Amino acid sequence: MNITLTVNGDDYPLDVEPRRVLADALREDCGLTGTHLGCEHGVCGACTVLVDGEAVRACLMLAVQCDGAAVRTVEGLAGPDGEPHPLQRAFSAEHALQCGFCTPGFLMIAAGALESIGDDPELVDRLVESNICRCTGYEPIRRAIMRAATDCPPASDRSPTSEGS
Amino acid sequence: MKPAAFDYVAPHTVREAVDALGDTWRDVRVLAGGQSLILEMHMRRICPDLVVDINHVAGLDRIGLDDGTVRVGALVRHQVFESPQAVPGPLGRLCANAVVNIAHPPIRTRGTLVGSIAWAHPASEWCAIAVALDAVIEVRSSGGVREIAARDFFLGPLQTARAPDEIITSVRFPLLGGSTGVGFVEHRRTHFCFAQVAVAAAVTVHDGLIVDARIGLANCADRPVRARAAERVLIGADVSAANDHPFADAALAGDHQPVDHPFGDADLAGNRLPADHPFARAGRAAADEDAAPVDEPYADPEYRRQVIAVLVGRTLRQAVADWRSHAEPEGGLR
Repeated sequence: MNITLTVNGDDYPLDVEPRRVLADALREDCGLTGTHLGCEHGVCGACTVLVDGEAVRACLMLAVQCDGAAVRTVEGLAGPDGEPHPLQRAFSAEHALQCGFCTPGFLMIAAGALESIGDDPELVDRLVESNICRCTGYEPIRRAIMRAATDCPPASDRSPTSEGS
Repeated sequence: MKPAAFDYVAPHTVREAVDALGDTWRDVRVLAGGQSLILEMHMRRICPDLVVDINHVAGLDRIGLDDGTVRVGALVRHQVFESPQAVPGPLGRLCANAVVNIAHPPIRTRGTLVGSIAWAHPASEWCAIAVALDAVIEVRSSGGVREIAARDFFLGPLQTARAPDEIITSVRFPLLGGSTGVGFVEHRRTHFCFAQVAVAAAVTVHDGLIVDARIGLANCADRPVRARAAERVLIGADVSAANDHPFADAALAGDHQPVDHPFGDADLAGNRLPADHPFARAGRAAADEDAAPVDEPYADPEYRRQVIAVLVGRTLRQAVADWRSHAEPEGGLR
C-alpha cells in the first residue's frame, strides 16, 4: 500500500505491506533507527513514539494506520541546530541512562506528557512505570523527567512541526 | 516475530465494515485499538486473512447519553475514562477507578473499552464491570442489529456470543444513581501484569442500608463473573457510620483474632474486618460460591480464592466510602 508518513515534519512516501508495523516502517523504510524494538508486544515501551501528539507503542500500530498522521520520534527532539531537547539535557544531567536501549522510549513518553506534569506530578510515576529499564532502577529517569518538566519552556512540545519556528 | 501477511481495508461507514465482515469463509478481524490483536498477530497466534480497520468509521468515537444509559462507541479509547467526568455520576467514578489498572498510558491512548469487551479476556476490567452492571452489547451484521446482554455474551476465555460476521458498534451501561457508591480494586504481580483478581462493586444505599449491590469479578473464572451470592449477602446490610467502628476499633487495639481464611480479612493497613461483618461474609461468598478460579502459573485457585475474599471486602469498603463522600443529601444520609 502506498502511504505517506510525516515524521518529525518530513514526508516519507512509502510502499508498505499492511503487516508492516510503525516501528519497522520507521526503522527499515525511513531509516530512522532511533526508535528501538524490544519486546514487540507492547510491554517494554522501547518503541514508544508520538502519533498526532500522543504516545503510542509503535510495535502495536500498523504503518498503514498512520497514513497522513504526524509522527514524532526521538530524532525529532533536538532542535534544528542540534541543540538537545530539555529532556535530553535532563537525562544526561541525572544519569538517567546507562546502556541507552530504553532511552528513546522514555524520552518520547515523557515528551508527550511534559506539559501536563506541572499540573499532576504523580503523572511522572505513571509514565516511568509504563516502560522497562533494566539499568537505572528508574529513579534517575523519574528525576530527569521532573527536572525537564521544571525547565521546559511551555508550549515548546506537542507539535511535531513546531521545530525551528 | 512479525505478523503474517493479510489483506487490509479501512471502511468509513459501519455499513462498509459490515460488508467486509460478511466474508465468513475467511478469518476476518476487526481492528480498533489493536493493543491485543496486533500483539497476537506478532506471536502468530492469530493470522487473519483480512483486517478491517474501523478507525475511520465516523461516529463510533462518542460517548452518548440517553434515557439513563451511557452508550460507549467502539472507538472510545480507555484514556477517555481517566477523567471521572467522562461519564456522569458514580459510573464515571467507577470507570476512572478501573481504567488506571489497564496496562499503561501509551496502551490506553489506543486501546478501546469496546475492544476489551470484544476480546473477552477473563482478566479484563471492563468485562467485569459489564457483567456487574448488566451492560448491553450492540452488534450489527448484514442481517440487522442485535442486542446481547453481558451475562449471555461471555462464553469463555476470548470467546463471545458475537458471530464472525457481526461487529460490535457500542456497549450500553446503565447510569448509576446518586445514592450509589462504587469501588474497584485490583491485585496483580507487577504493573505490567494482568489482574490476578480484580473486583468492581456498586452499592446503592437507602436509609443507611444497602438496597442493591452489584459485584463483578475479573480473572476469577474462565469468564467475567457476577458475584450474585456475595450480592445477596449484602442486601439489608447496615452501612451507617456506627457500623464502621468494629473494624476501626479492632485496628486501633491491635486486635488480630484468627479468622477462617488464612489470608485474613485484613486490608493492607492491617485493618481487620470481623468475620461476621457483612463485607467479610460477602467476600467469602464470592470466593467460595461465585468464583471458579482457573489454575495459572503464579496464582493457584486456592490462593486466588483467598485474594478474592479480601479484595471483595476491600472494594465494598471503598464503595461505601465513595457513597459517603458523594451521596446526594436526599439519598438517606443520616
